[in-house]
Formats: sequence, structure tokens, C-alpha cells
Amino acid sequence: MSFTDTRSHAAHEEVPIDAEEARRARARRLEKTGRWLFPMLIMVLAIIMWDRICVWNEIPRYILPRPGEVLATLITDRGLLFSSLLTTLKITFLSLLLAVLGGVGLSVLFTQSKWVEMSFFPFAVILQVTPIVAIFPLINIYVDNQTAKLLLCAWIVAFFPILSNTTLGLNSVDRNLLDLFKLNGASRWQTLWHLRLPASMPYFLGGLKIAGGLALIGAVVAEFVAGTSGQSSGLASRIIEAGYRLNAPRLFAALILISFTGILIFLVLTWISNRILRRWHESALKQEH
Amino acid sequence: MAQAAATDGPQLILRSVGKTFGNDVVALRDVNMTINHGDFLSLLGPSGCGKSTALRLVAGLSSPTSGLLDWRGPPMGKSDVGFVFQEPTLMPWATVFENVWLPLRLQGVSRAEATPQVSEVLAQVNLTGFENAVPRELSGGMKMRVSIARGLVTRPRLLLMDEPFAALDEITRFQLNSDLLALWEQERFTVIFVTHSVFESVFLSNRIVVMAAHPGRVYGEMEVDAPYPRDEQFRTSEDYAHLTRKASSILRAAMGIEDGEGAHPDVLH
Repeated sequence: MSFTDTRSHAAHEEVPIDAEEARRARARRLEKTGRWLFPMLIMVLAIIMWDRICVWNEIPRYILPRPGEVLATLITDRGLLFSSLLTTLKITFLSLLLAVLGGVGLSVLFTQSKWVEMSFFPFAVILQVTPIVAIFPLINIYVDNQTAKLLLCAWIVAFFPILSNTTLGLNSVDRNLLDLFKLNGASRWQTLWHLRLPASMPYFLGGLKIAGGLALIGAVVAEFVAGTSGQSSGLASRIIEAGYRLNAPRLFAALILISFTGILIFLVLTWISNRILRRWHESALKQEH
Repeated sequence: MAQAAATDGPQLILRSVGKTFGNDVVALRDVNMTINHGDFLSLLGPSGCGKSTALRLVAGLSSPTSGLLDWRGPPMGKSDVGFVFQEPTLMPWATVFENVWLPLRLQGVSRAEATPQVSEVLAQVNLTGFENAVPRELSGGMKMRVSIARGLVTRPRLLLMDEPFAALDEITRFQLNSDLLALWEQERFTVIFVTHSVFESVFLSNRIVVMAAHPGRVYGEMEVDAPYPRDEQFRTSEDYAHLTRKASSILRAAMGIEDGEGAHPDVLH
């Protein structure tokens, strides 16, 4: 027997390239830098414009503070703001964790039996489509503990994308692979562990990315409607409080912190997703051309 | 002519096997067929003749509506049947080693215990050194080799193949044909090979069962009276041309096509 399959050649062979290829390579390099450079430039320009508009129109700081003032507030109020950020983060991550456990757990339960899925999926949809702000007064009546209230609220918002995506993934298994498992006498548990769960991983991670953002939104919205105050309150309370006191710089500072938290959550989840999928899934492959 | 593929008695006899699907489609009607120990049997036929359905019945993936699968010899266990699909059907998240290990793993064989067997079968399909590659890093032919290795890792007595090379380019297909034959001559497992290629069935098998469609049934049978080992020279020999012409004319008759002047064997789709 001889073996004729070709293997890919080393990619970094030094060969002279023609003008067209050189132009393409240059365009690629430009695009690589431009991808982060241009958004940064626009951002800096926008901040400068913001500052100028404040000065030119003599806008009072309780209506629109200058960027420098917001930054100064971020530093002077850091004790207050960061402890609030920590509270919001705690609610966000706990609810995301519960959403993962609940969403994956329920979807596994759903795939064990078509009947369970058919019977219970509508409830999940109802929970999802009813605005959380409308449900909250009820939660307020039935749940005493403040943290539990917020958690429940954020969880309701975050768990659905995980549930629906993971359910889709668990059911999107190659039929032939299922046959192969059947042929080898695999148990239900083996099929779940070795086949359905890994196959649903890209779907689950897609749901997780959405749920991460929603958990933060849920945590903030819940706090808005719950209207907490005091030392242990989160960023939403700081915003309400600052609004009442016409402390616009702090309002902006809190808003910026929430924004950055959202961006950070998205980046971290994207990074995790790429780490897990990079060897096998199309979505995580580096572009080669 | 010396028949290297000496067989020793029936391993499986299909007796009046029929299969009707829920939507009243008759996939198979009154199929009678004998598979001998050590046979390389091709099921040749056009689309819709039920050859894949027959294979699934033999695999135990579905059960016949009527008739009987009469197994001879020692009872067949899970590890006695290997199955190779039309697509490589590999788990994309798992390495080559893990994909091949799978049938053993499902029987509770640990990674360490399975390593000698997996290494041996990977060597047989010329994939030593690719244990840690994942499927997307492999070419189509190499993926199919992994799939064959997975089918053989339990050392089955019966290997079922459902048009395994249909999606490959011709050069790769010829190479895999030869490699498969070499493996079969060495290990002497029984093969049931579903194909719609006359060329492939003649090159590989010692017996060809030709099937007809609507409803799926056995139309005729043919011994491929050429000695093993068969090499690439065989593909251009007089014998081969003669045998493909014969198989082709049975197939054309099965499809209800008049076998006129200048009729030549063709790959049917």
C-alpha cells in the first residue's frame, strides 16, 4: 500500500510575488491597522466635539458636563462608583451562571423526550416575551430578599437564548453519527455526553454571548424598577440618584462604567468561545486568504 | 481461474425480506440473498433500489417488515459489525485518535487500553502520525481513511459500507479501492459494499448482486471471476473490460434499458 494524500506545504516559503499580489498584501496590512485605528479616531473626534460644543454653547455642567469633568468624577467618586459596579457585576455574573445552569439543564431535559419539550417550551417563550418590567411588581410582592429579586429578574431575561440555542444544538446532531452510536449500543447518557453536548457547543456559546449582554441589562433594569438605595446598591441606583440631584457628571460616569462592563463581557465571552471552538468550528477559524 | 476469495459457507441469508415504510413506500420486496463468510459482496443498483435500506437492515438499524435475516455461525455482537457511511461522518471536535477510539470507548475501553488497537488500525490505513489532527485539517481521502479505521477498530467480522467513496475524486477513489482490497485480503472480514458504480463493484468484489428499483428487489447476481490480489493493472485488463461489460448489461436490464450495439458500461447516478 502506498500513501498518496498530499499534505499542505509550509506557508512561509519565500517566493517573489507579482504587483497585483503585492497590492493585495498592502491592502490587507492597511485593513488590519484601520480596523482599530479608524474607530479610535472617530471616538477621539467625537469626544473633542462634545467638549467644544459644551464650551461654545456655554452649556451648564448639570445639563451636559464636559468630558474632562466626567473623567474627574470617575476618579474622585471611584470609591462609591466601583463598589456599585461590583454590586452590579455580582448580580450579572450570578444570574448568568444560573442562566447557564438553568438553560442547559432544561434543554438537556427537553431533548430526552419530545413530549417534555412540546409541553414546556411554550412556558419558556411566554416568560421570554413578557417584558420584565411588567413582571417585576409581582416579583416584588412574592420575593422579600433584595438580591434574590434582582437575580430572578436578570435570570428570566438571560436564560432564554441559552435554552433555545442549546435545544437547537442538541437536536442538530448528524443523523449518521446518531446511527453510529446506536450501532455501537451507546446508552442515552453516552450519546448525550459524547455526541449531543459537544455538537451543541457552538450553538450554546452563541446563546451565551447574547445572554451575557442580557444578564447585564436584566441586572440594571431590575435595579431601576426595584429602586434600591444605600451603600450596597448598584450602578443603576447611582444613575437614578445622580439624576435626582442633577449631578450629571456622576450620571455620565456611571453610564460609562455600565457601557464598558457590557463591552468587556462581550469580549470575554467571544474570547472564550473562540478558544473552545478554534480547532473545529467554522465560526472560529482564522481567515486564510 | 484461481479464486483467492475462497469462502467457507453462508454467514447471513436474507429470506424473502421486505421493507415498507410508513408512507407506504415499498423499499424492498421479497429479497433473497446469501452472504458467505469472507465475501466481498457488492450491492449494485440505481438510486431508489433499496440497497442502502438493505444495508441498514443487516446493520440492525431498522427491522424488516417481512421475511427473516438468518444469521449463521457464532452470534453477532455489537463489535462484530462495522459500518462506513457515504460521508466520513466524523466528530469534528474530536481528534483522529478519539474518532477511531469511539466504538471501543462506547464499550467502556479506556484510552490507555485502546491505544494499541487504535494505533494498529491507523497504521493499516496509513494514518500513523495523524492521531492528534482534527478532521478539518485532513483531506477528503484522509477523512474517509479515518472513517474506515473506525469501522475496523473493533475487528468486526462484517464490514458494511454505504457508497463510501462516492464523494471522492477519482484518483483518491482508486487509491482507497486498492488499499481497502489489501486490508480485506489481509484480514478476511466479510464486506457488503453498496455502490452505484459498475467499475468499482467489479474491481473490488468477488460477487455482485444487482438490484432493481420500484420496488427495490434483487434482479440478478454475478460472480466476478478474477483472481486476487487485483492491482491497478487489472483496471486496464481484458478481463476487467469483459466483466464490467457483463455487469453493466445486467444493470441496464435491471433498469429496463435495451442493451443495444455500442452499449458500454457506465457509472450510473
